[in-house]
Amino acid sequence: MPSRQYATFEVADQLFGVDVAQVQEVLRFHEYTRVPLAPTSVGGLFNLRGQVIDAVDLRVQLGLPPRDLSVPAMNVIVSVDDEWVSLLVDRIGEVIELDDEAFEPPPDTLAGAYRHLIVGTFKLEDRLMLALDARRAADTTVPVPAQHADEARMARSA
Amino acid sequence: MDELGDIIQEFLVESHENLDQLDRDLVALEQDPGSREMLSSIFRTIHTIKGTSGFLAFHRLETLTHAGESLLSRLRDGAQRMNPASADALLAMVDTVRTLLGSIEESGGEGDVDVEPVIAMVAACIEDPAAPKPAQASAPAPKAEPRPAEAVESAEPTAPVQAPEQPEAAEALAAEVVESVETAEAVPARAAKGQASDEPTGQNNKRSIADSSIRVDVDLLDTLMRLVGELVLTRNQIVRGVSEISDPALVRTTQRLNLITSELQESVMKTRMQPIDHIWSKLPRVVRDLSGAMGKQVKLAMEGKETELDRSLLEAVKDPLTHLVRNAVDHGIETSAERVAKGKDPQGTLTLRAAHEGGHVVVEIKDDGAGIDVDRVAQTALDRGVVTRDQLSRMDSREIIALVFRPGFSTAKKVTNVSGRGVGMDVVKTNIEQIGGAVDVDSTLGAGTTWRLTIPLTLAIIQALTVECGAERYAIPQVGVDELVFVDGQSGQTIEHVSGAPVYRLRGKLLPLVRLDETLGLPVRNSDRDVYIAVLQADGRRFGLVVDRVLNTEEIVVKPLSGRMKDVGVYAGSTIVGDGKVALILDIPSLARRAHLAAEAVERAQVDQADSRPRDSHIERLLIAGIGERRVAIPLDMVTRLEEFPVQRIERVGSREVVQYRDHILPVIRLASLLGCYDVEEGETVPAVVYTERGRSVALVVQQIVDIVEDHIESRSDLDDDGLTGSAVIQQRVTELLDVRRAILAADPRFYAEMSESMVGA
Repeated sequence: MPSRQYATFEVADQLFGVDVAQVQEVLRFHEYTRVPLAPTSVGGLFNLRGQVIDAVDLRVQLGLPPRDLSVPAMNVIVSVDDEWVSLLVDRIGEVIELDDEAFEPPPDTLAGAYRHLIVGTFKLEDRLMLALDARRAADTTVPVPAQHADEARMARSA
Repeated sequence: MDELGDIIQEFLVESHENLDQLDRDLVALEQDPGSREMLSSIFRTIHTIKGTSGFLAFHRLETLTHAGESLLSRLRDGAQRMNPASADALLAMVDTVRTLLGSIEESGGEGDVDVEPVIAMVAACIEDPAAPKPAQASAPAPKAEPRPAEAVESAEPTAPVQAPEQPEAAEALAAEVVESVETAEAVPARAAKGQASDEPTGQNNKRSIADSSIRVDVDLLDTLMRLVGELVLTRNQIVRGVSEISDPALVRTTQRLNLITSELQESVMKTRMQPIDHIWSKLPRVVRDLSGAMGKQVKLAMEGKETELDRSLLEAVKDPLTHLVRNAVDHGIETSAERVAKGKDPQGTLTLRAAHEGGHVVVEIKDDGAGIDVDRVAQTALDRGVVTRDQLSRMDSREIIALVFRPGFSTAKKVTNVSGRGVGMDVVKTNIEQIGGAVDVDSTLGAGTTWRLTIPLTLAIIQALTVECGAERYAIPQVGVDELVFVDGQSGQTIEHVSGAPVYRLRGKLLPLVRLDETLGLPVRNSDRDVYIAVLQADGRRFGLVVDRVLNTEEIVVKPLSGRMKDVGVYAGSTIVGDGKVALILDIPSLARRAHLAAEAVERAQVDQADSRPRDSHIERLLIAGIGERRVAIPLDMVTRLEEFPVQRIERVGSREVVQYRDHILPVIRLASLLGCYDVEEGETVPAVVYTERGRSVALVVQQIVDIVEDHIESRSDLDDDGLTGSAVIQQRVTELLDVRRAILAADPRFYAEMSESMVGA
């Protein structure tokens, strides 16, 4: 049966996953250079072994308030269009292998920013994992649709 | 190096490459004797060598390859079949060609290489009934036998280098490339000098040309450049880290690392460097054709042809440079008749000069033509709506000349097919600024114009000023930085505001300011004092950037911004600074556009002020001097020079004080005593205002030169004291206006009297 590996992580208590093939590395980092005037979803820049990496605040991308970057944050570095981008997340989960059959399109009730970034859902034993479109998640040029915390909760319960 | 030397050099490199290929082809041919394709390729190679050697008058080489070519053409055309004998003969020929080339490389000539036996051997293989020479064929053949194997072996190391995919390998290769570049330079020099003292057989340890130069993919060089950039940064971090640890051994190693890294950086940069002559070489023709078409005589002089810069920059400079040269011939240099009428040499001179200057390459395009007419530029700028009359009135001649860089400006009286094709100087400026360079112009009417391009050596590494604003560091490309000013709150300096826009009085002129924190939307540190102003130049205007702190000037490696950062517009890139943190590089032209708004506010404010003033008021430029607690203003046209005299050099002559100045005795008057302040403290030297008229000078000693201002005197009272004409409020302070004539007479009672006498006498 065809299956796929997902690197999982949590943002605002919701489990997300991206295709493991897209993930370059995962690391904790704390010294970000802020980019004034850039969209709020750009958390900052940092130096990864001589390469300047953009860190995209997934919280903002999901319509939540921005992360406090004065404390170390987890970076999931993904490769999008031959460019490395870091997605700032709360917690790193395991790499899980999922059958393609367990895949379902995003539910209609999924609203706002979530809907825009999610390609599908996987039902795990005890929770739901949302498969993230890494390219859209890293795209800060699209304005994030306004979303309230309760909508986010709705999305989680969906 | 002379041109022939260059050609021979190229010929040798090319031939060596070809011969290696030939060895492989010949061996392959033996396996597959019928391959026409292979034969044609071999034939072409030999034919090429033959052609060039004939052209370069290497006759033995030509004869030899001619013989080989005859055999090859028969084989190719199927007139006879390839057999071991002909293969041997051909390989022997290739070896002899190689020996001849070696000799040419060593001594510049063919030496005493004997080609006859091989020619005979080749000829013997030709199954032509007209010229059978079986007797000679057997003798040289065994001699040649061991050679093919040798040739094939030696071909291996010189085979074209494959671009390694591993970045680690790239570094190792760097050293090799660099070394070989140097050797490549050395070898032709030897060849050109024709030093035949070395062993003619080439059996010495000097590397041959084929071994000493290789072709390298530009992408690989770019990768190297990037890696070296990283190394430089890592080095900086280590150097910084080690300075905090006092371990002598580590310090020594670090110093060595420091040195090696710098050398490596320089060497890798060199691999991408090309002399500017590459783009200059086309210009003599451009000048010749153009001056011919316009009935002008122009001599083109070039200085510093060998000045090198990065090839990508060279490419970017080509068009602007050509444009400036065309412009100089078209508009700068006058026709011969005009020049003769002005008493100039009928032949104009256009000088191109390139030189390294402080991490930049400066290219000057200088003509001895008509020069730029400031009034005409001003008029044109007005006509085209580039500036308003009001803006113009506040510009000095240099600023007016710089208007030619504004979009929509062109001084050409008519659109010629030469340089007035809608491509103006603004395009030149934009192109140069795009690569982090700068362009300015200096002109003297009637004597000529000099255009000056300042170009960075490379795009990847630039000199930058690092500044601090808020909690972050920012880098400003050094090329746009004119000067740094510290607004010293303690000495009463402050940023002022003109209708809400911040300005600073820089030597009497209002400099529009841009606050970096405000521009970037950072929390504004509400201070007008104790801040730094970086005076920047871009888009044809000067403005000051207010920052919290200036850290230092350093070389930085420019990293391009990702798409999501480019849209912001204020940043030109990013870089990694010494401690490993990322710093953003500010884009000066974009900041300048913001400054433009500030400047307009200032101008509007000045216009408003001007309108509200009586018609007869005029702007006066005043020198403000401090005497004790008092401030005294002296009209600037009464100031010939500002000097500083040591107090002990002030001598007394009768009741007066004098100082020896430029072989004259200069009468001195202390304004403090003239104005009745006696409690003035003096340092070791005193500043003095020297006024000279018709060869007579006086010095007015003050306590301190405060500023030069350009001011409408707004409130004037006639509360005059002895020696003063009144007082006014200047820079929010009551300032006394000096009666200069009286002061001068106090110093030298005969100042005006003798002057009128001498005028009568004249």
